[in-house]
Parts: sequence; C-alpha cells; structure tokens
Amino acid sequence: MTALVAKFRHVLGALALFAVTVTTWPGMAQQPNSVDPTASAVKEDQLLQRFKTIQGRGSIPDVKSYTIEQPAGREWRRFHEVTLRIIGAAAIIGMLVLLVVFYLARGMVRLESGRSGRTIVRFNAAERVVHWMTASCFIILALSGLNITFGRPLLLPLMSPEAFTAWSEWAKYAHNYLSFPFTLGVVLIFLMWLGGNIPNRVDIEWLRRGGGIVGQDQPPAQRFNAGQKLIYWILVLGGGAMAVSGYALIFPFYGTTIEAMQNAEIVHGVVAMLFIAAMLGHIYIGTIGMEGAFEAMGRGTVDLNWAREHHNLWLEEEEAARRAAVPPAQATPASE
Amino acid sequence: MARMKFLCDADRCIECNACVTACKNEHEVPWGINRRRVVTINDGEPGERSVSMACMHCTDAPCQAVCPVNAFYTTADGVVLHSKDICIGCGYCFYACPFGAPQYPRVGNFGSRGKMDKCTYCAGGPEPDGSAAEYEKYGANRLAEGKLPLCAEMCSTKSLLAGDGEVIADIYNERVAKRGYGSGAWGWKTAYREGTTS
Repeated sequence: MTALVAKFRHVLGALALFAVTVTTWPGMAQQPNSVDPTASAVKEDQLLQRFKTIQGRGSIPDVKSYTIEQPAGREWRRFHEVTLRIIGAAAIIGMLVLLVVFYLARGMVRLESGRSGRTIVRFNAAERVVHWMTASCFIILALSGLNITFGRPLLLPLMSPEAFTAWSEWAKYAHNYLSFPFTLGVVLIFLMWLGGNIPNRVDIEWLRRGGGIVGQDQPPAQRFNAGQKLIYWILVLGGGAMAVSGYALIFPFYGTTIEAMQNAEIVHGVVAMLFIAAMLGHIYIGTIGMEGAFEAMGRGTVDLNWAREHHNLWLEEEEAARRAAVPPAQATPASE
Repeated sequence: MARMKFLCDADRCIECNACVTACKNEHEVPWGINRRRVVTINDGEPGERSVSMACMHCTDAPCQAVCPVNAFYTTADGVVLHSKDICIGCGYCFYACPFGAPQYPRVGNFGSRGKMDKCTYCAGGPEPDGSAAEYEKYGANRLAEGKLPLCAEMCSTKSLLAGDGEVIADIYNERVAKRGYGSGAWGWKTAYREGTTS
C-alpha cells in the first residue's frame, strides 16, 4: 500500500512539474531566432545630443577621466585659433592705427600758457609705487599673454622651436607669478583712488566738450576727469575679470569643470585683448599725447599751469585746502 | 600608407581594464597618469556599456591646432605625437581634446603643470626609434618594431581594435553584420568626422 502511494506521488510530482514548466514557459515555441542585446543599450549619438558630453563611471581617482567625450573642445579650438586672434588683432592694431592717426591730426596737447615754474604734488610716493608696480606687471603680463595667442604664428618662424619653448616657458612662469603683484595693484588702486573716480555731473560737461583732447577746449575737471575715470573703471573691472578668470586657469580643476576652464580662457582672452587696447590709449595720453602729463606719475608733481589747464577744479580745491591749513595771521606776506 | 586608428567595440568590452594595465606597464607610465582608461556608461542599469578610451589620434587634431608652441606632429601613419622638449605644460590641449587624452604630472607649484603625457599609439616620440631617451619620455615604440599598440593586442574579448582604419572598420562591420547589432565605433565621428561605414 505504502509502495503504491509512493509511486502515485512520483507520478503526481512529475505531472505537477510539467504543469509548472508549461505555464511559466508559455512562449517557448515563439522564442525569437536572434536576440538584440543592444535594444536598450546607450547610444553615442543620443548621449551627445542630450548631454553634449559623455560621462560614466571610471575606476581611477582622476574624475576628469570619467568624461570620455566632449566634442565642445572643437568649438573652443575654433575660438582660440580664429575668433580670439581676430578680436586681438582688431583691438590692438585698431587702437594703434587710431592713435597714430590721432597724433598726426591733433599732435601733442600743448601747455597753452607755458610753464609757470611752480609745481604742485599730484601723486605722492605711495601712489606712484602702486601705479608703477601695476603698470610694469601689466606690460609683462600682456606680452607673455600675447605670446600664447600670437607667438606661434608670429615669433616661432623667427627662431628655433627650442628657443621659442624656452622663452614661452619663462613667459608662462612670469605670467603666473606676476599675476599676484598685479592683482594686489588692482585692489590697491581700487581703494586708493575710488574717492576721486565716482562719475558726477562735471564728467558730462567734460565729455560734451571733448575733454580738451579732441579740439582745443579746456573743460573744467576735478582730480580725475571723465577719461581718467574711464581708465580707472576699465582697470578695476577689467583687472577684476582678468584676476577671477586667471586664477581659475592657474589652479586648474579646483572646483571647475572642463567647460568652466574653457569659458575662463575665453573670458581671459577677450578681456585681455580689450584691456591691452585700452591701456595703449592710456599710455599714449600719458606720454606723447599730452605735454606735462608724464611728470604727474613720473616725478609726482605737475606744473601749476598744467593743473590749471587740465584739472582746474582740483587745483582750486588744493589751494583752498592749503590756505585753510595755514591761518592768515601766521602767514608771511609775500611782498615785504 | 596606413591610417592608424583605435576602435572600441562597446558591445564586447567587459571592463576588465587589462588595456589600462597593459599600457601602464608597457610604458612605465608614472603614478597619477593614465594614457588609457575604461569608463562605464549607465553603470548598473540595463543597457550599460563600457568604453576603453585614450587618444584617438584625430584627423586635424584639435590639440595640435591649439598648442601655443607647436609641440605636436602627425606621423605618416596618422598617429598624433608630441615633443616633451617643446611642450610648456600650459594645459590648452586638454581643453581642446574631445577625449580627455592629455595628462599632466603635477610638479611644482599651482599652475606649473609638467610636460604633457598622452597615448603615443605605442609609437614613441621624436627621438630615434627605440632609443633610451625615447623610452624615458614616451615609453616603448612598438610601432617601429612592426607591432600594434599593446592595449589592443592583449584585449581578451578583442573589443579594442587597433590598426589601419579601413581594416578595423571592416572587421567591426563584419561583426555587426554577423551578430545583427552594434552600438557603433565610439568617438569616430568626433575624431575622424566619419563612422565605420562611410
């Protein structure tokens, strides 16, 4: 009896197993001949269209390497190779041409009333030190920076590749290290001359009358005229943009992605070209563009007549301050 | 003349990283520098794919175009090489490279990256073929010995192919035709402005 039950149990078990197999594999007969394991696979084209870059998970510490494709490098290349060079050449050569034409047409802005022989302090020693520190850094930064954009087409053909590399490497070091005193200079200039550089109503009048540079007029001006205020704000804002984008480039990938690095280089390049063009104008008017202007930042003093012609309101303030500093009772009369 | 290319058949890559190890060992690549790496996209999800990526030796290479000191050159085989004597370590090639190939040893202070290092297609550099100076700077020059890059040579699933572009494209297309699927040659459109079938 027990043997019969055991046999029956086996048959029952086999039947049950068959039933389970049949119900769970209902499509066994319709099994497709070929399987497409790529039906859900990631597609390069789709990823690029959706994300612009293709990223995944890697197994090495360098997280930048997890981006396997960023075709945007090609766009950046076009900017660096073509766009930036056009902007740079247009800004710098354009400014130089403008200055030469202007010099030939207008000539040096002369001291109309000649020299009085008496001088007044315009920039003290500290101001001049800050100015020349910033200026000398700027010149080296500009030349070493231009080398990165224009060195290969312009300088490399004139020297051996080794010599050009040696020069470019030193230029790179100079560019990196002198960025620190330059940035310090920009900050100090910002603080030092902020007071005299807030635009006001006098500037409108000055600009309307061409600043006395275009034409022969001598519009009133305070310590800094509208043109100087413009240079001040170009330096503060341009220098600020250069510092922010430059330090992003100096410290690569400290919290920046490759896209941010590309954008930092674009900002740095474009602002640099415009900055250089603006400073060429500043250098022109401070040297051959105007008689008596260089001594303000050179010796620190200017002739009283120069001050009267170009910064009359400032001169009046200074003289009023001096009169107030020396009470009339103690002053020795000039004629006695 | 052959036009050398890499092709990674992502449907075959099993992310074993043997190509990475082979490359590091063959060229004694220093710590922190990887000329080749394997990246898994959509890791752990259905349809994930692993791709082995290194310098693709682009046609009209962006690195070569943006280099401010002209350190790069393309060989007759279409391999993009560079001179570490000319490189100033500015980092521009990394910004331009679509594949993240250039690597820099971090030497010196902040911005002073060392001389750039990247995949040479096992073809060394400008020094005489097989010289000690070449090995020191760029690693082995297998191409001069008539051998293909080691990463592809020892790929266990033959996912990574190296060789003349037309030949490896034919091998890949034959595979795709036979098995009935293929997710394409990753990076080819970006690097060579063409797919495997054009």
